[in-house]
Amino acid sequence: MPALWIRRARVVDPASRRDSTGDLFVRDGRIVPSLSPAERARARKIDARGLVAAPGLVDIHVHFREPGQTHKETIATGSRAAAAGGFTTVVCMPNTTPPADNAGTIQYILDAARRDALVKVLPTGCITIGMKGEALAPIGSLKRAGVVAITDDGDCVQSNEVMRRAIEYAKMFDLPVLDHCQDQSMTDGAVMNEGDMAIRLGLRGWPNAAEDLVVSRNVILSSYTGAHIHVQHVSSSRAVDIIRRAKADGVRITAEATPHHIALTDAALSTYDTNFKMNPPLRTEADRAAIIAGLRDGTLDCIATDHAPHTDYEKDREFDYAPNGILGLETALPVVLEVLVRQNRFRLARALDLMTRRPARILSLPAGSLAVGAAADICIFDPEEEWTYDAKAGYSKSSNSPWHGRKLRGRVKATVVDGRIVFPFAAS
Amino acid sequence: MTWTRKHLLAIEGMSLDEIEQIHATAAAFKKILKRSVKKVPALRGKTIVNLFLEPSTRTRLAFDMAAKRLSADVITFDAASSSTQKGETLRDTAQNIQALNADMIVIRHSAAGSPLYLSQILDIPVINAGDGAHEHPTQGLLDTFTMKEHLGSMKGRKVAILGDILFSRVARSNIHALTKMGSAVTLVGPSTLVPHGFTAMGAKVSHDLKSALADADVVMLLRIQHERQGHRHFPSIGEYTSMFGLNKTRASWLNPRAIIMHPGPINRGVEIDSELADGERSVILEQVTNGIAIRMAALYLCAGNQPENVIMSTE
Repeated sequence: MPALWIRRARVVDPASRRDSTGDLFVRDGRIVPSLSPAERARARKIDARGLVAAPGLVDIHVHFREPGQTHKETIATGSRAAAAGGFTTVVCMPNTTPPADNAGTIQYILDAARRDALVKVLPTGCITIGMKGEALAPIGSLKRAGVVAITDDGDCVQSNEVMRRAIEYAKMFDLPVLDHCQDQSMTDGAVMNEGDMAIRLGLRGWPNAAEDLVVSRNVILSSYTGAHIHVQHVSSSRAVDIIRRAKADGVRITAEATPHHIALTDAALSTYDTNFKMNPPLRTEADRAAIIAGLRDGTLDCIATDHAPHTDYEKDREFDYAPNGILGLETALPVVLEVLVRQNRFRLARALDLMTRRPARILSLPAGSLAVGAAADICIFDPEEEWTYDAKAGYSKSSNSPWHGRKLRGRVKATVVDGRIVFPFAAS
Repeated sequence: MTWTRKHLLAIEGMSLDEIEQIHATAAAFKKILKRSVKKVPALRGKTIVNLFLEPSTRTRLAFDMAAKRLSADVITFDAASSSTQKGETLRDTAQNIQALNADMIVIRHSAAGSPLYLSQILDIPVINAGDGAHEHPTQGLLDTFTMKEHLGSMKGRKVAILGDILFSRVARSNIHALTKMGSAVTLVGPSTLVPHGFTAMGAKVSHDLKSALADADVVMLLRIQHERQGHRHFPSIGEYTSMFGLNKTRASWLNPRAIIMHPGPINRGVEIDSELADGERSVILEQVTNGIAIRMAALYLCAGNQPENVIMSTE
């Protein structure tokens, strides 16, 4: 593999507090301080004038649907979408068919990733068998098989007792527990945020309280056991407050926010467009503002996309019957640049920190840094380029995106994984 | 006045002028319904499909009759007989109906937003005959038409809607129509079924029956859909009736000339005393009759006709 010489980029590496114009050098898949003149002569060169070179983005919440739902996405197509979006490490949720609740399924995913993936695809395993919230999955064997966390994402563990034992047990393996916080007894039949908009549209609402209660539960259980719980896709302003206070009290709790929850509200549902239907739902302007404030003051640790592909024919139906979830990987960076950097004046390094070093740190992943010696996972993007996103022409197998047809600003130009340029894709 | 609307999906987006056009057209059709020959050739040669994917008696019969009074051919699909039971999507069902050269489709569906969705797929006019808890525009139009027949202008009138508002598409369509017409709408019932959020739609929310009914010109009762709510929204039918059922004492709080309405089906002895339902202030059966005229107007106008034609022909 030839060395790589990225020239005259604005190098933004939150992990090493670097934000300056200069060159990046890669040899044998790692960041190196420099290349010899001979190596430079032979190196593959990228002219990055006017572009930003950042650590490859890290997404700790994606659904690649393999095994079992490969009509929606596969590890191959999902990883292409990731590469096109500047992501070099992604963490897959275990709600596949069958659910990833045993070492065999984890092995299957790792084999597929090794064979098909353009980026680093890391699996999670289930908390409970079949994600039924009852019996614990074999968490120790899952860990040995290679999971980086456990979660019943989408099917929040309802029993406080089961959750308590799960986190206590997982703590023995230093496995974080990721929780989709939803009290299901309060969300029966719900398809959107409960509030004025749901009343107007005649749709059943999912109240913030159903999220807030489980976030509180997790704070209490984490504090009681000392185990680490990571709150997935925070959508409620009170949940942000609860996490803020828990962190001030020293509780081992971390949290993520999605690009859609910082960019959109339930006002977008006025035409019953199912590409705005996801769980947790888009909420109000006050919630949106609280999530941004939470990202600003560190209450919320990172951005994660909850990339959730569904086919056209699944999404193209009555709002009540369409599945929850939207794509995220190919639009996350421009949406974050728009909302956090341009609208809310986050420094670029700060916004990128939320997509690189911080998510990696939550799961102790060796990613999200351009320090010398680090794996050469790099995202090179033009922060100003305007382009129109065509979800049908995107790289995911599905096209269920609320940003389809929208003009976005900021575009990934190249993605490097272990020193190899994986995007733009090589001709095949 | 000119009618330009192709679909009738919701009252929310309609103008007052459009509501009045439908009312005026319905008034003209109502005269025809009183003749010995109750039929006009307005939609002769047109085929209207009633796609009823949720059970309905009154609305389905009224649309059926309205189409026949306009000399259209009518085909009615029931949920039980349609291929949606076999897993066909709504898009495919609707496209098949259009491919059969239907000229118009009337849809009743338990999923809110389905008529809008169909209107985005099909080239033919779509009439909403009730979508989930969203809207039931022809019901709102026939209710306000009936109110105007009794009370004249609805401007400044006080209308109380009593019962299960949360799950009611009838309430929503009436709120939109009445606020556009200048009436003051008060929603009343248990706090679990009448959430405060309805104030954003321009209605008042109350849980005190006496103040809500005081001097009301209209009280509209809605059926308590106990089968839908389980036992979480209120303890029992008995408690509901004792707290919110309309009886003679409570009816005496109304304006003496007030009318009592109900979109049906009524549960006698639950939300309304049997005697009141049959009493002289009840206009419940007039609503049903007016329902035909309103649906004739809706079908006629959305088929591309203008109000003047029928109004002049009956003057």
